[in-house]
Amino acid sequence: MVEQKLRVTLITGRTIEQGVGKEMGKGSPEYFDSAAVCFLDPVDIKRLGLKSGANVKVTSPYGSVIVKAKRYTRGTMSGMVFMPCGLWANSVCGSNTDSIGMPTFRGFTVEVEPAPDMPVLTLDELLKQEFGK
Amino acid sequence: MTEVLIKNGFVFDPLNNIDGQKMDIAIKDGKIVKKVSNERNAKVIDASGLTVMAGGVDIHSHIAGSEVNLGRLIRPDDHVKDVVKKTALTRGGTGYSIPSTYVTGYRYSKMGYTTVMNPSMAAMKARHAHEELNDVPMIDKASFTLLGDWWFALENIAKGDLEECARHIAWMIRATRSYAIKVVNPGGLESWGFGRNVHSIDDEVPNFCITPRDIITGMAKVNTMLNMPHTVHLHTNNLGVPGNYKTTIDTMNALESVYTGDKPIGHITHIQFSSFAGDNWAHFKSGAEEIAKYLNAHNHLTVDIGQVTFADTTTMTADGPFEFALYELGGHNKWVNSDVETESSGGIIPFHFKRKNAVNAIQWSIGLELSLLIKDPWKWFMTTDHPNGGPFFHYPRVFAWLYSSKAREATLKNCNKKAQKKSLLPSIDREYTLYELAIITRAGTAKALGLKNKGHLGIGADADVSIYNINPETTDIAKSYKPVRKAFGNAAYTIKDGEIVVKDAEIVATPSGRTMWLDVQTKEPCRIDDKIKSKFKDYWTIEFDNYPVTDHYLKVPEKIAIKASV
Amino acid sequence: MTKVFNSVVCTICGCLCDDLEVTVENNEIVKMKNGCAVCEAKMVHGYKSEERILKPHVRKDGKLVPVTMDEAIHKAAQILTDAKYPLLFGWTSSASETQHVGVELAEELGSALDNCCSVCHGPSVMATQEIGIPTATLGQIRHRADLIVYWACNPWSSHPRHVERYTAFTDGRFEKSEFKDYVQKLKAKSGQKKVAAAIRRTRVRYQPPPRPQTALVEAPPQTLAKDGRRMVVFDVMKTMTAEVADYFVQVEPNRDYEIFGALRCLVNDQELDVDTVGGVPVDYLKEIADVMVNAEFGAIFFGLGLTQSVGRFRNVELAIALTRDLNRKTKFVVSPMRGHFNVTGANTVFAWQTGYPFALDFSQGYPQYNPGEFTAIDLLRRGDNDATLVISADPGAHFPKGAMQNMVKHPLITINPDWNAISRLGDVVFPTQWCGIEQGGTAYRMDSVAITLKKVVEAPKGVPSDEEIVKRILEEVKVIKANKAEKEDTGKQVLQETAAPKKRGSKTLKKEL
Repeated sequence: MVEQKLRVTLITGRTIEQGVGKEMGKGSPEYFDSAAVCFLDPVDIKRLGLKSGANVKVTSPYGSVIVKAKRYTRGTMSGMVFMPCGLWANSVCGSNTDSIGMPTFRGFTVEVEPAPDMPVLTLDELLKQEFGK
Repeated sequence: MTEVLIKNGFVFDPLNNIDGQKMDIAIKDGKIVKKVSNERNAKVIDASGLTVMAGGVDIHSHIAGSEVNLGRLIRPDDHVKDVVKKTALTRGGTGYSIPSTYVTGYRYSKMGYTTVMNPSMAAMKARHAHEELNDVPMIDKASFTLLGDWWFALENIAKGDLEECARHIAWMIRATRSYAIKVVNPGGLESWGFGRNVHSIDDEVPNFCITPRDIITGMAKVNTMLNMPHTVHLHTNNLGVPGNYKTTIDTMNALESVYTGDKPIGHITHIQFSSFAGDNWAHFKSGAEEIAKYLNAHNHLTVDIGQVTFADTTTMTADGPFEFALYELGGHNKWVNSDVETESSGGIIPFHFKRKNAVNAIQWSIGLELSLLIKDPWKWFMTTDHPNGGPFFHYPRVFAWLYSSKAREATLKNCNKKAQKKSLLPSIDREYTLYELAIITRAGTAKALGLKNKGHLGIGADADVSIYNINPETTDIAKSYKPVRKAFGNAAYTIKDGEIVVKDAEIVATPSGRTMWLDVQTKEPCRIDDKIKSKFKDYWTIEFDNYPVTDHYLKVPEKIAIKASV
Repeated sequence: MTKVFNSVVCTICGCLCDDLEVTVENNEIVKMKNGCAVCEAKMVHGYKSEERILKPHVRKDGKLVPVTMDEAIHKAAQILTDAKYPLLFGWTSSASETQHVGVELAEELGSALDNCCSVCHGPSVMATQEIGIPTATLGQIRHRADLIVYWACNPWSSHPRHVERYTAFTDGRFEKSEFKDYVQKLKAKSGQKKVAAAIRRTRVRYQPPPRPQTALVEAPPQTLAKDGRRMVVFDVMKTMTAEVADYFVQVEPNRDYEIFGALRCLVNDQELDVDTVGGVPVDYLKEIADVMVNAEFGAIFFGLGLTQSVGRFRNVELAIALTRDLNRKTKFVVSPMRGHFNVTGANTVFAWQTGYPFALDFSQGYPQYNPGEFTAIDLLRRGDNDATLVISADPGAHFPKGAMQNMVKHPLITINPDWNAISRLGDVVFPTQWCGIEQGGTAYRMDSVAITLKKVVEAPKGVPSDEEIVKRILEEVKVIKANKAEKEDTGKQVLQETAAPKKRGSKTLKKEL
């Protein structure tokens, strides 16, 4: 049974690929490939009727972004999605800090849905869209 | 450079036997000279009716380094009650118990202090200490490296190879740009690596087959071999434990066994914390009489007090196990422990010394009892072990307790009743003179540190001078202790290297101050072969090449070359 | 011309590995030995990428155009002095010498000053301010720790050499490396895979062993009770670090606080009346508590999983409290996994100059500290500051969108070596040297050990160090302020002069009257 949307908990964090990518340069293809992604449990990927590498839209109360879905094979994490730190993940993170300076970076609910017709924006496109510069 | 002439002050210069004589002090090119070349060109300070002393020399005050800064970092509650605004000349900052670096420099200078020893620097974190010291303006400074639990030293002492040990230590003193050997709770810090401690100077240090006694005597011998200007700077075992005065006497006896009879062999620091009698906290009492008796009968030691001043302060020491024990006593919310691999440990606890607390009040009394019962002022020096007993800018309070029995009475009256009963202070009527105060705050400390150009106003000395608004002819300092206390905290003038830096308790110039360090030259250099290098790699997580502190880290370095006899 | 540099310091994460061997040919790094993949990416490729900024730029009519350094400095200083309340943010990929000047600049401007700590381990610092911290340098852990706990962090990705240099895979004086065990484990695993493949080939349906239904967590293995070093990982997902651990505990997101609480109870010999806490069966936690208490020397490392999840600094506070409790039974230390290579330095330098580690404000003439008020995100969220200087950080990529949108509303000055996200958004963009490659300096490791960074290649011509840029901005700010004051003074004088005759006039008037 394929579902339209999944309500899941978003975790953001580091991956070594994203680490390498950011050091190669924020405009580098390595960075794009490693940061504009969202890792899902194979079970969840199936539930959305997706293939690994398909575009998905991640939406939170703070915004939404299109990224590539990837299968997370290391262990089970059903009900959770993981996005590497970076511009794409931050498009859905909130600025609320609970008055201690730390924004809402992880552990909040997002919706993930397939977005086959929408492109994943590059760094420059995303900057232009969000900040007009 | 401009010349300065200080005219008609009452000069107290114990190293030159000058006791309040009215005389002029001439300064040229940052040094004391016989007379200025031309009085008209010189900046003349009219010091008539004022007291003139050499700049203060503090032998033990934690003003910079990793430990100190961690203390700063965990105490925003302490800073918020003491803020310092930026001015056109000075930087802003915060106090209270651990003032920020700039404020530290300003406040020392305001008290007429010009030299401060930073007594506890983990070798591995020496770079940090020096970076921070560069930001302490107005004063000359030097640091003591923690070496009592360094694996290289322990192994060499266990082997019985003190000469090799000495060479390694010489290397380390140079590599950390340090001025003296500091030994803290010898053996205890190594034991603390696995959460244990040593409880007497004859307990075995786990994994090393030696005892604290071996370390203490070994380090004292090494210190002599290296011809260090200062003695071994020792923080005893069992510090802060009731009944520890016995350990302290054992330690002093152990040091006597290596005493050769010319100059002191060791310095026991903040001895107030090591002069506790009684079997437990409930029966806590003073061991000052016994310690003072010992010191009066022996000449192989100097000590400083670590006076408690009743303040909401922050205790910090390399003695990690002690701070843990303090934490275990309860009532403390913040506890920091910071072990340093192969070398040392550390601990921090904010602590409020209260008059109404029996133990705190007795500790206050112990410090003063020691100060008053040790007959020879050249044997002991005034410190609060800043910030442990209280912040350094409380020194004037301590002076008052020393020169005025009235001041002591006034404070004792407000102390815990039990402590009042136990205190020996009412039975002591000694009152310090200005001459004696000059000994315990500059002359004696400079002598003990081997700083030949400091602590006095003889020809050729560094032109570090403090002038206080105290008229010894017209004032009975013991009676009117309050204005005198105020005068000690607000120097009329402080002169640093011939430059007037404080005038009427206001900062008027902010020179950097030098960092003194020893270049200890051994006859045979420390062998740094591949074997040693691989040992370095095994022992530390920093590469050998990256370990030593370079000159880059000393803003104004002052290298002092020492010829060792090994 | 080939030159080999030894003991070079890596400038990626808080590990500050200082054993790199770097080969330089014709002023270009061509080879790097010993470093991790991220280090290789930066030192061999990234630092010389085409994305490098070589000239100062100023935004004119919406486009960044190259300008002279003098013009950029003046423009930046003008923006900062014109602003009512600027924010100076970043500092964590700069040497401590630069951070040092930064505090002076903030003080001169009366601005807000914050570093990246506020969005990584700021809560850890706050927890430390609440209850202290029992910690140790990394070597102490290498020599002595027989139990390593990684909590809510994935050093394999974020601090790639942490395990191999400082914890489980390194040889210490009293504890030996676990590397052999790990290799055996790998072999066993690949053996299993071979078996599985063989089974598949024979078309026998492979059935995985049954898993406990109550929780995601696997039961603690026998290896936990072994002698020697053990490694336990707590995380919300199974990471690479978790794979090499002796035991992995999968925590439900945002439930760390509860698990710490449960562990504290168990360590202090209390009983729990529930079966699972935070998705972990209490029986398993009991076993872990046992292992903790029986360790000779344990070390807990925690990461952003604690500081960024619900509970934030309270999570860290409990991690520290657990460590304190354990110190009554054995020796335990706890340490945050600091990220940027000199974020610890920023805290350290700020603290010794002002007393406070981050979230600073100088608007009153003296330093003030209040996370939640003077932290960058909060200032931006509320729109409090009206100009921003970002140095050696990339909030463009690492701040939430909302905060960034407010930042770009006002003038933005950036000082970064390459065209990262924030440089692309800047209004005045400075080029600068790569700290630790083209310039030396000092950095503080995650355990606050200061290490000297090395310069191995010359920077491109005309690209100054960030220290120099900040110093020049500071000087320019002082000049502008002095000019302003002078103008005001002369303005007042003119006013007085014009006012004076009136007075005289009134006097004469009086006389006349």
